[in-house]
Amino acid sequence: MHHKNLFAAFAALLALAAAPARAQSIDETVNQIFADSTGWFVSLIFSNFPGTTFPWIVAWLVVGATVFTLYFGFIQFRAVGHAISLVKGDYSDPNDAGEVSHFQALATALSGTVGLGNIAGVAVAVSIGGPGATFWMILAGLMGMASKFTECTLGVKYRNEYEDGRVSGGPMYYLSKGFAERGLPGGKILAVLFSVFCILGALGGGNMFQANQAHQQISGILGEYPGWITGIVFAGVVFAVIVGGLKSIARVTEKIVPFMGILYVGTALIIIAMNADKIGWAFGEILAGAFTGLGVAGGMVGALIQGFKRAAFSNEAGVGSAAIAHSAVRTKEPITEGLVSLLEPFIDTVVICTMTALVIIITGQLVAGPDGNYLLNEAGTAIQTVGGTSGVGLTSAAFGSAISWFPYILAVAVVLFAFSTMISWSYYGLKAWTYLFGEGETKELVFKVIFCIFVVIGAAANLGPVIDFSDAAIFAMAVVNIIGLYFLMPIVKRELDSYLSRLRSGEITKFV
Amino acid sequence: MSGKFVVGYDGSVSARRALEFAVDRAKAQGGSIVLAHVLEWSPYSFLTPSELEERHKRRREEMARAEAQLNETVVKELKEAGVPVETVIRYGNTADLLGKIASETGAIQIVVGREGQSALEARIFGSVAGALVQTSPVPCTIVP
Repeated sequence: MHHKNLFAAFAALLALAAAPARAQSIDETVNQIFADSTGWFVSLIFSNFPGTTFPWIVAWLVVGATVFTLYFGFIQFRAVGHAISLVKGDYSDPNDAGEVSHFQALATALSGTVGLGNIAGVAVAVSIGGPGATFWMILAGLMGMASKFTECTLGVKYRNEYEDGRVSGGPMYYLSKGFAERGLPGGKILAVLFSVFCILGALGGGNMFQANQAHQQISGILGEYPGWITGIVFAGVVFAVIVGGLKSIARVTEKIVPFMGILYVGTALIIIAMNADKIGWAFGEILAGAFTGLGVAGGMVGALIQGFKRAAFSNEAGVGSAAIAHSAVRTKEPITEGLVSLLEPFIDTVVICTMTALVIIITGQLVAGPDGNYLLNEAGTAIQTVGGTSGVGLTSAAFGSAISWFPYILAVAVVLFAFSTMISWSYYGLKAWTYLFGEGETKELVFKVIFCIFVVIGAAANLGPVIDFSDAAIFAMAVVNIIGLYFLMPIVKRELDSYLSRLRSGEITKFV
Repeated sequence: MSGKFVVGYDGSVSARRALEFAVDRAKAQGGSIVLAHVLEWSPYSFLTPSELEERHKRRREEMARAEAQLNETVVKELKEAGVPVETVIRYGNTADLLGKIASETGAIQIVVGREGQSALEARIFGSVAGALVQTSPVPCTIVP
């Protein structure tokens, strides 16, 4: 690393903080510029089918997940047992000890997806779509398992194994190599498009949304202060890790994050158990809301759209990001990693997201009128909440109403989740960047600095524009990725059939 | 009776004492030494995505470094002293693997050193010697 480069990078970061006198207006300015410059992209991705209020992108994800579920014969239900033995290492060659295990690939991918989507995103879904959104979220999680299976198998199959021993892969590689192998045109174009969207997604959902929500959480506890301050601090730490190579910070986070995940689910279970008498009622609300909408903005379709959107944003199934994290695993059979990756949307969405939703519903954060229907807020955009909270604030209030000190722990969890998601996405974005521009220290540094700058922008901007842009960028990745998956799924099918028949015949056995 | 002695060797002073002890016994019996170097590793640890990418590369480097170190130092010395020696480098849990290596090579004994931890330290951090005593498939000597 050249010192000159490092200095320039620091200077770029500091330039953002160089105008303390205008501090009050920085947040507003950033917000305005940001909303103005990304609006067109957001409306393109979220435009509705003509004459309806149904965004085409949601249908796109649902149809994709359904196709993969049917094409692979409900693989997400058939193969769960085998997936768990793979993660346990029953089928791993002991001579490969020291290489990337199935467990490690899954854990790293999970730490990239378990993040604010599970805490803040779910709160957004439930406050706009009502309790019924939970039902559609769970369904989307279950279906998404098949999308994840398809993309992660391909990620491993078409990964790059470099001379020096590095291993990396992802949609850009399976799109270009897989299409070439099948003699199909356009793989390269899709790969380039994917990379462009992946960079935007890394800066949006993988970065700004995280910084934004982390700031909301911290300022909720410490009191209001300008977002760019949180942004600078976060950017500094992220910079130290991804540019300065301070691995110790990343390592500590990677160790605490799983613990925080377990603590979060554990606490949610305790709160649910404390309100055991309301569990039946909560599921009733979820089911009734799923099909009637219970007077929520947008009715049943509103609940469905919110559920599917937040599930996709949280577990990233079909988006293609996880295929990047999963591809470094040590295995001779690409399909094994696909099977392991099935568990990811399950843990992320069906378990963790559902916990958040249940806690919000069960603690009575959503305000209902005398007729049992939920009341809308003044703007008519979401359900009224007890403290007028939204996003991560709503989740925090829900947990806090049962366990008064939990918001402090949640704040730590949010910051850590945000941070680990940022580290993961900085890597995904970097891989897309090097696919487009080639590898090289200076080129990589440019991306890393841009990434850090966006941390500051994300923390300073309002939730609305940030969440819209984050969603749009991530869903744009899914557009390209799922087209690719349709063309490449016969390859996955062949791998799956061959693997399952060898497993049945006893050719593939456990190592004892 | 002649045979193989597995020595858990990590280059530390205590491992050195264990090696000397085993060499004396092997020489007396006309036996040989299996130098077992274990790189502590759990398949359930957590890595960042960039660490995943580089894992295979790092593993190769770590193995090569460990092998070079063993060859340059102890292996050379033992060969000069006329004691037959083979080396095994593995990733995993030290106590488990020493037992496994002993079974695979048909060794008659495992010899390890002891760090001289306090009982409390051993309780918290675990001790290879302690675990080995419980699990070793062959007689096990712990050299203080």
